[in-house]
Amino acid sequence: MTDLQISATGGTAGRFALSRTGLLFAALGAAGLALPLVQFKPNRIVLGDALWLPGALPFGWLAAALIACALFAALPQRLSHGLRLALAVAGLVITLASLGLAAKGLMPEGNRMARVAPAAGFWLLFLAFALMAADALARMRPGLKTRWAVLAGGILLVGLALGSGLLDQTSVMVEYAARADLFGRSLRQHLLLAFGSLGMALVVGLPLGILAFQVPALRRAVLSVLNLLQTIPSLALFGIMIPLFGWVAANIPGAAQLGVAGIGIFPALMALFFYSLLPVVSNTLVGLTSVAPEVRDAAFGLGMTRGQVLARVQLPLALPVVLAAVRIVLVQNIGLAVIAGLIGGGGFGTFVFQGLNQTAMDLILLGALPTIFLALIAGIALDLSVEALSRRGRSAP
Amino acid sequence: MIARLMVLAMAVFLVAFLVTPESFAGLFRPLTRNNAPAIYTQTGLLSLTLSHLWLVALAVTASTVTAVGLGVLVTRPAGREFLPLARTVTSVGQTFPPVAVLALAVPAMGFGAGPTLVALFLYGLLPIFENTLTALSTLPPSVVEAARGMGLTRRQQLWQVELPLALPVILAGVRLSTVISLATATIGSTVAARTLGEVIIAGLLSANTAFVVQGGLIVGLIAILIYEGFQLAEKAAARRIGLAPQH
Repeated sequence: MTDLQISATGGTAGRFALSRTGLLFAALGAAGLALPLVQFKPNRIVLGDALWLPGALPFGWLAAALIACALFAALPQRLSHGLRLALAVAGLVITLASLGLAAKGLMPEGNRMARVAPAAGFWLLFLAFALMAADALARMRPGLKTRWAVLAGGILLVGLALGSGLLDQTSVMVEYAARADLFGRSLRQHLLLAFGSLGMALVVGLPLGILAFQVPALRRAVLSVLNLLQTIPSLALFGIMIPLFGWVAANIPGAAQLGVAGIGIFPALMALFFYSLLPVVSNTLVGLTSVAPEVRDAAFGLGMTRGQVLARVQLPLALPVVLAAVRIVLVQNIGLAVIAGLIGGGGFGTFVFQGLNQTAMDLILLGALPTIFLALIAGIALDLSVEALSRRGRSAP
Repeated sequence: MIARLMVLAMAVFLVAFLVTPESFAGLFRPLTRNNAPAIYTQTGLLSLTLSHLWLVALAVTASTVTAVGLGVLVTRPAGREFLPLARTVTSVGQTFPPVAVLALAVPAMGFGAGPTLVALFLYGLLPIFENTLTALSTLPPSVVEAARGMGLTRRQQLWQVELPLALPVILAGVRLSTVISLATATIGSTVAARTLGEVIIAGLLSANTAFVVQGGLIVGLIAILIYEGFQLAEKAAARRIGLAPQH
């Protein structure tokens, strides 16, 4: 494919050929510079005054010039991918620093009502450099270890940006500071919802998948029930759990003592659990059925019992497929857990729906950004794990 | 056969329920408390369903046109440079939670159908694009070679050979997008879009389980029917290009 690229775009035009992706990023970035960087709002509800990068902070012209240079420098086709990545990271850092410094400079001393919110210009610049980084990374075709390192580096960069206090005066961080306790609690609830439901789905789904594998007569029934569950829209499933478990807690002796309840986090946890069952069961089944019959026969030939074949041969070989289900479930549940905020189940959805009710953008962001961040990390980390596992499986069959 | 009859029964039940919801009141009565109404009547269920479907159809059509267009573009020589980026963006983009995308579209678009449409459109792009990309980049080289050998122009190759061959896989992507959009559109009601989510949310607010169940039931039934419909279309498309139907 690389040869094709060169012959298609670079071969004839020579040294000064422009990278087409570079042109796209430059166009996005130029639009970002042309649009306002931040909104200054006297309070969190009203639409405030737009401020452009050059005017929003001291030496704003310098920041704008540096950003333009980075976009421009990434244009040539011949630029090495490493250099392009460095330009992208530099662009991201300057964009974030500009936002933080603009907020620091604009926030009036001692005024707790005013907000400096990121505006379209900031988001476009961020998008342009993030895409540039993604493009450079994808072209470097990094190995597994490098990709783990990139993930860790990305998390570290976010941690540094937040921990350094650079962004403390921006609207989202001001909202955070006002409810740091609640944020911590929401984070714990959100993680409990996502990982708790995953754990329950594994405890129930793995044996169910193995059972369906051993007893083919059960397969269709189990899968069609779970498929049916999947078609219930999340909002309705969350809603049905409330009266259902309210009734169970009230009418079945001992259920309430075990923590079953129709209010709080429990119904949300159960709804997510029900959604998680299908991927776990069906992937366990697919993983087990895809183990080659020769492998199984060889194991029997070695004198293993049926249980030993399952535990030592079939399950280990099915592991990458099961782990792929864990990825699907975890990413899906981190997202769906937001709905719990609508039925009093806690989590980051609390901020999202509060923000929607009050039309407070910053509050929506306070709920949505960490959710996206968690889903992103979980997705990438599990993708890498699945790849590592299936590689190991292939190299040592 | 039994499966087909069940789908037919579902379709009949759905239509009957939407046309005369009140005649099914007895079915939902046990789910109400304190003489609360069993059937949602603030807005007609039929009109909410149509508005829900309209929103999904509009979004999925826009996603399909855009995603297939982009998929074709990045598999042509002129756009091949965008291929690695496109792959990364689709795989990363699909981890973004639909609810978060919806919530983020509100500040940009205001309340109403707008943000829901944008969120459904953006979220629907990825599965279709991914499948278009897979289908177009894994075509048997011999077939494409033969088409070129027959003297077909690039445009003819695309329309007469590549796209028909890719159609079953593209349709599978459209099916996935449609089913996700159907469910996500219910959440659109939290930002004041007119969808069946309105019924569910009314049920949540007034602790009326009958509303929650009937809203969920309608969406669920539609999802099953659309899923089955798409599978029929995929099989037909596969037969047309001479592939044995995959049961």
